[in-house]
Amino acid sequence: MKKLINEVDDVITDALKGIEASDENVRVDHQNRVILRATPKEKGKVALVSGGGSGHEPLHGGFVGLGMLDAACAGQMFTSPTPDQMQAATTAVDAGAGVLHIVKNYTGDVMNFEMAAEIAADEGVKVATVVVADDVAVQDSLYTAGRRGVGLTVLLEKIVGAAAEEGRDLDAVVAVANKVNEGGRSMGMALTSCTVPAAGKPTFDLPEDEMEIGIGIHGEPGRHREKIGSARDIAKQLVDPILHDLDYAGSDVIVMVNGMGATPLIELYLMYGEVKALLDEAGVTIARNLVGNYITSLDMAGCSVTLLKADEEILGLWDAPVKTAGLRWGL
Amino acid sequence: MTDNVSFKQLVAWLHEFGTLVNQNKSYLTELDSAIGDADHGANMARGMTSVLNLVDADGADGVGTLFKKAGMTLVSSVGGASGPLYGTFFMKFGTSTGAADQLTPEQLAAALRAGLDGVLARGKAELGDKTMVDAMVPAVEAMEKAFGEGESLAAGTAAAAEAARQGREATIEMLARKGRASYLGERSVGHQDPGATSTAYLFEALAASVDKA
Repeated sequence: MKKLINEVDDVITDALKGIEASDENVRVDHQNRVILRATPKEKGKVALVSGGGSGHEPLHGGFVGLGMLDAACAGQMFTSPTPDQMQAATTAVDAGAGVLHIVKNYTGDVMNFEMAAEIAADEGVKVATVVVADDVAVQDSLYTAGRRGVGLTVLLEKIVGAAAEEGRDLDAVVAVANKVNEGGRSMGMALTSCTVPAAGKPTFDLPEDEMEIGIGIHGEPGRHREKIGSARDIAKQLVDPILHDLDYAGSDVIVMVNGMGATPLIELYLMYGEVKALLDEAGVTIARNLVGNYITSLDMAGCSVTLLKADEEILGLWDAPVKTAGLRWGL
Repeated sequence: MTDNVSFKQLVAWLHEFGTLVNQNKSYLTELDSAIGDADHGANMARGMTSVLNLVDADGADGVGTLFKKAGMTLVSSVGGASGPLYGTFFMKFGTSTGAADQLTPEQLAAALRAGLDGVLARGKAELGDKTMVDAMVPAVEAMEKAFGEGESLAAGTAAAAEAARQGREATIEMLARKGRASYLGERSVGHQDPGATSTAYLFEALAASVDKA
């Protein structure tokens, strides 16, 4: 294992110090491992708390700031944060209008946020929850823990963050979150595994000439593996299941081509070109796009594609100003 | 039945469980690499180390307080799914025993049943889903049956440990329906569940601690 770290056990602690030092718009509660806005939101607005395992940067901490999250809880590597962290974050950001928990659909994350919401409710904070579940690689969701929350989380945090910033009330913010959840789908693939520092070796073995289709964001193996194909073939293998799952024909969409951490941008742009060609062919109009590393899986090579139906309301919220380490425009 | 579980034995149980988890940290992580996300060993070891630090510093508690604290500590130090599940197990165990300073076999079985019910309610997994429940349900049932037939404390906890081991083995052929392993579908078959494996350690530790008297 070759990594830019000091001690394996200090990776997250040290990274949080670096995040705080690098971004004047956030502060870090190191004891609870919570990243917060340096300047809290005005009273009377809904606050947004998210969080998850570390190793997906810039998600979630890099999306704390004006127009997106109010706080993000950093868990251990690929491991959900704990209820006490979430509770600390929730109490710290509540501006009197309630708090929305944005949770990626994983068993641990859902359980921990559930416990945190129970505690917060006992303390009189109004908490609502949206569980993001957009990964079409998980086919038979009746017999699994349900679809994983992956790339759509980035788009949802941006759009819902704008709705909260506008001053919409908790019910209205939840309605926007549900709309994004319903209209978004993702699919990912890996060229290599990732190496969790504490494990010291790749999570799974992937021969030099093979790829894994339908991966999540935690180095968990995907649904199947096969000989590696061209970018054009791979784009088709990612876009087809999405279009098959939800009818996007005739819709305007926001598209994200996301890198898993170790894929060069030139390959992501190349993939975007292939994805766009497939969408053109399918009669899907790209209204906005995002290409880059937004929800990663440590040093995994590979990419994911996310599509979101975008009507006027969604596009308006997408274009609204945002000022975070991960996304910044309109200011 | 005359043989009760002493406070000392229950503390020894936590120590023994912590030792087994620490000794098998890499093995648990290896199992989790195959069908999960390669962190079960590290997470449980971190959690049990926190619990044992607290137990050592805090020897004067009754059984209820001891296990409620252990559960809270696991919830706040483990994360993932294991934190809430093992945390809930110990918290419900502690709620069931109350302030007792020793447990009759029936009280022990009732406390384990309460812990199991907590795990089922929190995790919503069923028998056969390829989770810790597949080791925990047979273990608790075996102990209840043994005590119901008038078996000794040692025999009842040994039966539970054996049932947990068999339950753990049975997960190998199961298709995962809960947790991250469920995303693999058919590919989860042939792998032993890491959660059922750590649960088998939990009951192995209990039998060993009771045996030490």
